[in-house]
Amino acid sequence: MINLFEVKETNEMIEKENLDVRTITLGISLMDCIDSNLDKLNRKIYDKITTKARNLVEVGQEIEREFGIPIVNKRISVTPIALVGASACKKPEDFVTIAQTLDRAAKEVGVNFLGGYSALVSKGMTPADELLIRSIPQALASTDFVCSSVNLGSTKTGINMDAVKLMGEIIKMTAEASKDNSCMGCAKLVVFCNAPDDNPFMAGAFHGVTEADAIINVGVSGPGVVKHALEKVRGANFEVLCETIKKTAFKVTRVGQLVAQEASRRLDIPFGIIDLSLAPTPAIGDSVADILEEIGLEHAGAPGTTAALALLNDQVKKGGVMASSYVGGLSGAFIPVSEDQGMINAVNDGALTIEKLEAMTCVCSVGLDMIAIPGDTKASTISGIIADEMAIGMVNQKTTAVRLIPVIGKGVGETVEFGGLLGYAPIMPVNEFSCEAFVNRQGRIPAPIHSFKN
Amino acid sequence: MKKTIITVVGKDTVGIIAKVCNYLAENQVNIEDISQTIVQGYFNMMMVADVSKSQKGNAEMAKELEELGETIGVVIRCQHEDIFNMMHRI
Repeated sequence: MINLFEVKETNEMIEKENLDVRTITLGISLMDCIDSNLDKLNRKIYDKITTKARNLVEVGQEIEREFGIPIVNKRISVTPIALVGASACKKPEDFVTIAQTLDRAAKEVGVNFLGGYSALVSKGMTPADELLIRSIPQALASTDFVCSSVNLGSTKTGINMDAVKLMGEIIKMTAEASKDNSCMGCAKLVVFCNAPDDNPFMAGAFHGVTEADAIINVGVSGPGVVKHALEKVRGANFEVLCETIKKTAFKVTRVGQLVAQEASRRLDIPFGIIDLSLAPTPAIGDSVADILEEIGLEHAGAPGTTAALALLNDQVKKGGVMASSYVGGLSGAFIPVSEDQGMINAVNDGALTIEKLEAMTCVCSVGLDMIAIPGDTKASTISGIIADEMAIGMVNQKTTAVRLIPVIGKGVGETVEFGGLLGYAPIMPVNEFSCEAFVNRQGRIPAPIHSFKN
Repeated sequence: MKKTIITVVGKDTVGIIAKVCNYLAENQVNIEDISQTIVQGYFNMMMVADVSKSQKGNAEMAKELEELGETIGVVIRCQHEDIFNMMHRI
């Protein structure tokens, strides 16, 4: 039987250390909505989402109350819209109508984000893929809850440099289109290498074509819990450090597993995966940077940061993998700048640069995330940064992503405020040497050789 | 039968257990186990309860107990035992 000490431990994690389930994401396939008539397509999409996700928010809240665990977000991911709209959409504006339908459906069912306004172009772009990509600035500026992602490369296909070049331009246009709203469009747009089909986290969630009709994916969190556990083993050796992270990650993931099972049962939708991620929020004490500091760094970004993050990321997976049989999505430590107060402090104190963040992405999931850069950064420079990050993912057979926000009208030293879970960000300097001739070459970077690794 | 874990945490005062137990009795909740300690003047109590005869759902009871806690000046949580079993038992 459970004892008082264990109950107290769990509840203190929830009350004092920000333990929560970060998201229940309902993946919905829209393949059966495809129609060559745009109006019919929009109607079918709206009907399918509002039917499948009708009870999602309510069930989430029921689980929260019954188990006493906060579930911060209830979200939806859908089949990449470039596929769904390929038959009906003849121009970018046609795709924008689908974005608006998705936004209406999200609002109707009460979720706070809907992902899947996406194109998968790791090897080549179809005309529909390109139309969708060109519609992104307008789609994100005219909707509130729709998130967009584009997969630009993979270990198996190489990197589609034409799409990388295009996305550099699209990111700038997206910032421009939403400049009156803190360039918010860019916070809802991410590019990937090796994008997973079952990621529950935004902005990169989409419902892959290999998935079932509907599926429940759950993203756990808990940087505060790990930080708190590590406070008790200050100065101990690496073995003790790793043991502590593993045990904590196990406990955190078990809660996610419970929520996933309950949500799946109550919604009568199969359970897909648990995403074992340390996802920070701007709340004090909910920071991955704070964990790195607790491990022994003065600031995130100090020498030793990459090693500490590699250790942290690996132990989180080792602990979490035993807690759930189905682990997927991104699974790792997220290192966004704007969503993590410790990262923001490190940038403000000059400890953390984009180059160091890039090194850190070699050993943890995701990538250059929620980084504000000067608004006058050239599109080709953004493409260059994207290409670097895609190369890291391609060669290391891992997911990497880029979510940069060129803040129109602002420069280094200023900050941009997004509000809520997205936080705020100091604008970071970017290396201004040109990579234009590199980016302007056409075609793709070939896939790397898969054997002879060393 | 799945149990419900009720925890009460707060500054120690007269009648905390009485008030909580009264509420549970009124709602046909059977208390199967109680453990309690006082750490530095703070009252910590855990009850294992069977709510299967109660007319109210788990969520509703959790809300009412939370409100009762506010009137006494303590924090009362009412949670399904599985969250603790999952976390602390393999």
